[in-house]
This record gives sequence, structure tokens and C-alpha cells, in this order.
Amino acid sequence: MTTNFFHPALIMIIGALLLPLVRGPFRKAYLFLIPLLTFIDVFYLSQHPGTYGVVQFLDWELTFGRVDRLSMIFGFIMSLMAIIGTIYGLHVEDEWQHIAAWFYVAGSLGVIYCGDFLVLFLFWEMMAFASTFLIWFKKDPESLAAGYRYILVHTFGGVILLLGFVLRYQATGDLSFVQLNVQNPELYTWLIMIGLMLNAAVPPLHSWLPDAYSKATITGSVFMCAFTTKTAIYTLARSCAGFDVLIVLGVIMAIYGIIYAIMENDVRKLLGWEIVSQVGYMVTGVGIGTALAINGTCAHAFAHILYKGLLFMAAGAVIHATGKSKFTELGGLYKKMPATFVFLIIGAISVSAFPFLSGFVSKSMIISASFESHILWAGFLLTMVSAGTFLVAGLRLPYLLFFSENKCSAETWEKAVDPSWNMQLAMALASFFCILIGSYLPFLYGMLPNTEVAYHPYGAYHLSETLQILALTAFGFFLLRKHITARETISLDLDWFYRKGGQCFLWTVTNPLQWFDTAFSKAYRVVGLSTLMTTSQFWSWFDWNGIDGVVDGTARCVRAIGQRISLVLQRGQIQQTIYYTVTFAAVILVAYVWL
Amino acid sequence: MIVNFIDYLRDRLQTVIYCCYGGITFIVIWSLTVDTSHAHTWAEKMIPGFWSLFGLGSCAVVIMVARLLGKSGIMTREDYYDN
Repeated sequence: MTTNFFHPALIMIIGALLLPLVRGPFRKAYLFLIPLLTFIDVFYLSQHPGTYGVVQFLDWELTFGRVDRLSMIFGFIMSLMAIIGTIYGLHVEDEWQHIAAWFYVAGSLGVIYCGDFLVLFLFWEMMAFASTFLIWFKKDPESLAAGYRYILVHTFGGVILLLGFVLRYQATGDLSFVQLNVQNPELYTWLIMIGLMLNAAVPPLHSWLPDAYSKATITGSVFMCAFTTKTAIYTLARSCAGFDVLIVLGVIMAIYGIIYAIMENDVRKLLGWEIVSQVGYMVTGVGIGTALAINGTCAHAFAHILYKGLLFMAAGAVIHATGKSKFTELGGLYKKMPATFVFLIIGAISVSAFPFLSGFVSKSMIISASFESHILWAGFLLTMVSAGTFLVAGLRLPYLLFFSENKCSAETWEKAVDPSWNMQLAMALASFFCILIGSYLPFLYGMLPNTEVAYHPYGAYHLSETLQILALTAFGFFLLRKHITARETISLDLDWFYRKGGQCFLWTVTNPLQWFDTAFSKAYRVVGLSTLMTTSQFWSWFDWNGIDGVVDGTARCVRAIGQRISLVLQRGQIQQTIYYTVTFAAVILVAYVWL
Repeated sequence: MIVNFIDYLRDRLQTVIYCCYGGITFIVIWSLTVDTSHAHTWAEKMIPGFWSLFGLGSCAVVIMVARLLGKSGIMTREDYYDN
């Protein structure tokens, strides 16, 4: 490593390892300091692009620090979100939650700065395992089960990715993490893309996301909503830009997510589905692959991390205060949680792409890219989804939480208060950035990877287009709101296959297989054991009477002959004995000579 | 302060609704005056208030598809996965 490179992930890892040693009044300062140092390091690196941290390991040259414009923007937003997320969780006493979150961030930063697939895989798995603990630390049976499902799905994705880059290494001898040849995809190209796609929650590999994010700890879900999918988007943008199939998958994903979000009754699950939908835009952007589309993808990932983090923080504040997460158990909360309401509204109108907020300047870039690439169907469908996004996140979510009929129990209503100062500060910071991005374009646009393309979102036509869609969507919501009210249901999704498959396997093991095992044991006791006893008795008799009889009889016979010989031949007179011996020797000698 | 403001608006809900209608009408009328020469497709250029229709249509389609899917059995009881 060169002297001026210190990997940002290493700061998070060392910080996490030392965290248990820092106690008392220093804890909060330390919790703020480490992500801040990481952010400063990332900022410093962004001023010094280049390749750092090249290590020779066996036959391979591993690269830990590739700093270019693409990694810079993702590194920047990830480390910024680490600060916001940690501030949001300052009140959490359990140090293990912070350690897991920081390892998770470190994994993400490691992936962003890596230059080859081996290092990518190392940090990829670090992310998967660390984030699993963010689910488990909620410590209820549902979270435990969801955590197991999450880690199993991600392990599967990791194996596919591993298979992909090992096959690529075998075919090309190359481990470097660069743009793949997506025009003539080989098997390994598909495998790598599927492995990366799973983390981006692209259908049909998406069900883990709403499942896990709704069951994680409150601060855990704030971290999770930012890192896994957007890191995956970074890897896709790095390696699979221009892969046509991603356009189709991305649009399906955007629509799929929004439809399920409308049906959802759980606050964080709704936001999880919203992530699926919004990441769909980014996947489409990667699939289009033009300079504007990649810029749009990066800008949208950047904006999305902030407003989605804000929405998860606001939703988390409601769950933290009331202990309830279902719309059917909440409602009318603006009276009790006004600050949370304001922050949630800022997040909601940002995701809905209101002018002067972050979504407006990022989402439209991807839609414009699809129109400019003459992929009209994608452009129109994504615009339709943006109407759906406003419907779900901008109208349904605040309406059901804060305005609709109060469905809180007396106890829930009593507990509902605005959260502690640190949670409000984190939400205020995220809100500030949502407004900054939308209102001061150079902040975000100055960081985009492709500097050769310019994009101007604040044209009269684009403004009129957006305002028309927003206004008429609001009107549509007003007319049709009774159709999308909250119901006490869950929505079946593709996780049905592995959840029911798992239950089916368990049933097979506990019922038919167990029955067979029990029946076999019984049959063995009844038939097998008695047969064995009878057989043993026979062989015992045979041994005693047959074999022992023969052996003993032979012995007795030999003894009797010996006694007889002794009586005849050995009478105790030496002359006779010598006479018999010499005669016997002479007979043998003569016989030998004569024969 | 925010609570009082919202309560103030809620007490005058009908007026707020009329104001919103006024806002929507203004946006639609303004959009008719906007230059559409940079639009990507002919539909945007030829159909007045195209994005208003598109927005309303999208909203209705998304709600109805979700409702139909939900009724088709996708939305199910909460203890579905419990043993």
C-alpha cells in the first residue's frame, strides 16, 4: 500500500473492533467520530483518483483501492449514509448492533473500491453476514426466521457469483472487476449478472428484501435500505452496463414493486417494495447503458439512499414509539408525532419527484435516457411507475399513518411521541440533503461519472409534465382511495416457493419419513430381534455341540492313543526304548536307501 | 404549530378540496401553453394535456391492477405461513 492510501472500510472495521472498549460518556462521541473519519477519508480519496492497495496474493494481484469517478460517488453517499445511520442509532446501547452495522458498511465500501472479483467476493460476503445480524438482533422468532431466509438466499447468490467469476477465470485467466462483454454473453457473464442481480433484488430474486427489511431492528433497517441494493447497482453499473435484458427486468421490477406496495399493510414492507420499485429504475438505467443512463443510475442511487433512509427513519420512529408497524393498528398520528410527520413528508415528496427535491433531478434522467435511446415503452412504463410512486409513498403512506381514521389502541396512542434528539437530527440531515440535491444541481451533478453529458431537469416542459402527473395522480387517489386502504392481510410472493417448500420438506421429514423410521424400528424389534435371538441360540448350540464336540473329541482321541502308546512302548526300561528307537531308525534308513 | 395548521385545514376541508381542484385546473391549463417541441413522442405533441391523462390513467391502472391481483388470492390471511 502506498502511504497516502488508507482504506475507508478499514477505518470502519478497526472502529467496530475497538467499540466494545469505549464506554461511558465517550461512546456517543466515538460513534460519531468513526463514520466521520471514514467520510473524510472517502472525500480525501475522491480528490486523488488512482489505483491503490495492490497486494500480491499467491498467483493473483488483488486490488483494494480503485478510485475513479464511479467509485467516488458511491463511496461518498455510502459514507455519508453511515454518518446519518449511526446518528440515528446513537441511543442504541447494544454495541453489537453498531458493530454489525459498521462491518456491513465496511463490506459495502470494500466492494465499491475493489478492483477484482476475489476482493469483491470477500466484502460481498462480509455485507451479507453482517447484515444478517441486523435482522437477528431484533430478537423475536419472526426475525430469527427471516434472518435465516435472508442468509440462505444471499449465500445462494454468493455461490452463483463465485461460480461465475471462477468460470470466467478459467476461460480468460482474468479476475479483474471490469465491464464484461455483454454483447456476446457467455455462461459466466450470466452467472455473474445473476449473482449481482440477487443483491439488487431483481425479480424473480427479490422476495428477500421486503421480508428482511421489515423484520430487522429499527436502526438495522435504516442501514439495510441503503447499502445492499445500491452496492449491487454499483457492481452492475461497473460490469453489466448495456446488458439489454436488464432493461426488461428493471421495468418489470419497477412495476412489480409498486403493485405490491399498494397491497401492503406493514409500513416497512411497503417501503421495502418501494425500494424494489425504485431500484428498478436504476437497473433499467444500467441496462440502457448510455452515458446519460449511467449518470441517471448513479444520481438516482445517490438520491434514493437519502430519501429512502429518511422514510425508513421516519417509519422507524413510529414503530419505535408505538411498537406497531401495521397501518391497521395506526393512523391519525400527526397530532402526536408532528416532527416525524414533517420529515416523512419531505422523504415522501422527494421519492415522488416533486420539483426542487432530490427525486425530481435523478429519476427523470433515467426516463429521459430511455426516451433518447428510443426505448419508448420503457420510458412510458417508468413514468407510469413514477405516478404509482407518488400514489404509494407520497399519498398512501402519509395518509394511512398520519391522517386516516385513528385505529391506534389507547396504549399505542399514549406511547406515540416524536423520537429522541439524535433520531430527529439524523432525519433533519437526510431532509437537508434531499432538498439540497433538488435545489442546488452542481452538488450531485458535479459528482456524476460521465462528465461529457449535460442534463437540465428544470425545463418548462419537464416541469409541466411532472406537475400534471402529480396533480392528476393526487386526484385519482382522492377518487379511488377506498380501494387502497389498509387491510389485515399479507401478500403472497415468490418467497412462497421457498417458504412453503421449506415447510413441505419439514413436513416430509416429520411425517412420512418419521413414520417410516418408527415403523422400521417396531418391525425390527418384533421380527428382527426375535429372529436374531433364535439364530444366535442355534449357533450357540451348534458351537457347543457341533464344533466343540469335534474339537474335544479329537483331543480326547489323541490323548487316548497317546496313553495306549505309552502303555505299550514306554514301560520304563531304557534298553527296550533304545531297541525300539534304533529299530525304527534302521527301518527308515533301509527304506530310504532301498527306495 | 404544525398540528394547529393541519387542524385548521381539516376544519375547512371542503375549501381545501376546492383549492386543490383549482390548483389542478391551473396546472392543466398552464401545461397547454407550454412549448412541446422538445417532446420525445408525437403523442405528447399532438394530444393536449397528454401527461394529465397519462397521470390519471396510470393512477387508475395501478390501483385497479393491485386490487384485482389482491382479490385473486395474492392478498391472504396474516397467519398464512404460521404452522
